[in-house]
Amino acid sequence: MAMMPSLPPSSGSGQGWEELDRNEGLDIEQLRVGSPDALADPDAWIDEEVKRGVLVTSLDALLGWGRRYSVWPVAFGLACCGMEMVATAASRFDIARFGMEVFRASPRQADLMIVAGTLCWKMAPALKRIYDQMPEPKWVVAMGQCAISGGPFEEYVAVVPGVNHIVPVDVYIPGCPPRPESLLHGLRMLHRKIQKEGSGLKRLG
Amino acid sequence: MTQPLSGKEVAERIQDQVPGAVLLADGACICVRPGSVAQVAQFLKEAAGLEMDYLNNLTAADYLDYVEVVYHLSSLKHNHSLTMKVQCWGPDEPEVPSVYPVWRGADLQERECYDMFGVRFVGHPNPKRILFWEGFEGHVLRKEFIA
Repeated sequence: MAMMPSLPPSSGSGQGWEELDRNEGLDIEQLRVGSPDALADPDAWIDEEVKRGVLVTSLDALLGWGRRYSVWPVAFGLACCGMEMVATAASRFDIARFGMEVFRASPRQADLMIVAGTLCWKMAPALKRIYDQMPEPKWVVAMGQCAISGGPFEEYVAVVPGVNHIVPVDVYIPGCPPRPESLLHGLRMLHRKIQKEGSGLKRLG
Repeated sequence: MTQPLSGKEVAERIQDQVPGAVLLADGACICVRPGSVAQVAQFLKEAAGLEMDYLNNLTAADYLDYVEVVYHLSSLKHNHSLTMKVQCWGPDEPEVPSVYPVWRGADLQERECYDMFGVRFVGHPNPKRILFWEGFEGHVLRKEFIA
């Protein structure tokens, strides 16, 4: 027999990986059992506020205007939708026109999470952690059928049937994948929503 | 174009080296006894004129009565290919010797095969799930798995 090079086998053969794997599995199972239903979309307050007759002040309008033209997205391309998201950021569609060109690699610096692609349960704890690490105010866009409802993989046991099981979603953008124009349209809708929210204090607490 | 080898001719050569290892052979593939997989793989890799030095693909299929592990082999030296199959009968968890010592590329593929079909590869250095998480029950590509 020829001499085998003495490289280690595939990842996780070092010390302590059993415990790491077991803990990861427990995290995933906990999240999977704990989120059987979709979370409510965070715009239910709009109607309530209108009913209560809250006055939108000019300061709120100013805050909203500033806020909506400086939304920094966190890069969260999970699948082929990520390619369309990249295309949207590139020069032809040029997301920089809306002050959004800085895709942050850190959630600490981001306001918007564009979930572009199929979310699997194994990835769900990471998505939730990144969402939790983003500072308020923060928004989530579900891009594509998979992010909206699981899409063609909805019944598969490994796939989250919609990211709204994990995080509340502000804007849903249908498509498989959505073209950059759709994404831009969805982002414009998000801008209008941010403008409407004003100071955004409703989201806190 | 890669030339497929005749399973019958290869089976005759294996018969000399590892008697009784090949159960069936036809024009396209050989079907090997589960216990002899490691020896046959070693032979296929080293025998002059065969030299199957490349494992293209390792997968499995569930036929309800048995689980079949499929190895697609080819030789980069001679530019020919061969399909090796192993049928694991019985209600027990299927067990097949690992070919990781022969082809290092089998490492991740055997892990995936275990993850999806529950085939245990005896002698694999790191026999754990690869795509699903630890603690997940069942193997999703088995017919008895119901989501």
